[in-house]
Amino acid sequence: MTPQEQDEVRRRQRSRSIVLAVLLLAFVVLVYAISIAKMGLYG
Amino acid sequence: MSIATQSLPAAMPADWRDFLALTKPRVMTLVVFTGLCGLLVAPVHLPPVLAFAAILCIALGAGAAAALNMWYEADIDAKMKRTAGRPLPAGRMDRASALHFGVGLSFFSVLLMGVATNWVAAGILAVSILFYVFVYTIWLKRRTPQNIVIGGAAGAFPPVIGWAAATGDVTLLPILLFALIFLWTPPHFWALSLFVRTDYANAGVPMLPVVAGAKATRLQILLYTLPMAAAAVAPWALHLTGAIYGIAATGLSAVFLLLALRVFANPATEPKEMGPEKKLFAFSILYLFAIFGALVADRWLAA
Repeated sequence: MTPQEQDEVRRRQRSRSIVLAVLLLAFVVLVYAISIAKMGLYG
Repeated sequence: MSIATQSLPAAMPADWRDFLALTKPRVMTLVVFTGLCGLLVAPVHLPPVLAFAAILCIALGAGAAAALNMWYEADIDAKMKRTAGRPLPAGRMDRASALHFGVGLSFFSVLLMGVATNWVAAGILAVSILFYVFVYTIWLKRRTPQNIVIGGAAGAFPPVIGWAAATGDVTLLPILLFALIFLWTPPHFWALSLFVRTDYANAGVPMLPVVAGAKATRLQILLYTLPMAAAAVAPWALHLTGAIYGIAATGLSAVFLLLALRVFANPATEPKEMGPEKKLFAFSILYLFAIFGALVADRWLAA
């Protein structure tokens, strides 16, 4: 693998990690909001 | 010919945008819209957060099904101009990644739907994904020229899922909405396949114009338009909706039928002369948006 390709691998890994972190955070917020809404329905 | 000729080195991870492309975001707009309409016309109103979660799950489920479709069809996609640039045929992603992404997203969307709303909606969502992947993509698409009819059934699930997410059951109105999209899909897609026919012929997919000819396809378009119009007007005729929907559905279906008749009367074989087909295709998209929009407007103005 050439140095350019290695840079490209790093760049993609980095951007994928950032996207995954954002999605995980959004998931946590969503599950929290769903929990609150469900407690409102049945609580 | 290998489809991985332009493949990147094995260790190169796919760009995250290519995972997004696997979910066919543009097709998703119609899925989200009809799912939302099914949810909004239901007699039970969900809290906004749960309604949002339900629509998100429908979108993710559709994206998962699309990814699995692309995983299975990379060989066909490579042979068609319209699809050759997709992540798998272009060699920007390995097949295993697409499979894992599709299966993972399927489970995620179904489980989240069950937790956020109810397991009836989650079950129908699971059935719709399995139907699209196994019955349509793997089993029937390459075997029958009525493949689009089967695919249409998969695309008709969202309003039923949206309704079930709100009420936990399925009644006559969501079933009629299912029938409407189911019967709408063949004329919609066959109109397109008439003027992009050469592509399907190259890929060996038994698309109706390829195996039966343009004339038979135009007749089929007309034949499906009649029950489609009936399914569109039925909710009003059965007093499940008010006059706003009734007038809109009748008017829109009349225009659809008129355009289908003009397609039927068109003898052209060259895409250049297929003005009526292109018009019908363009109108068919507007038709579905307008008719579902009218359904929601009818329900809200009546309340």
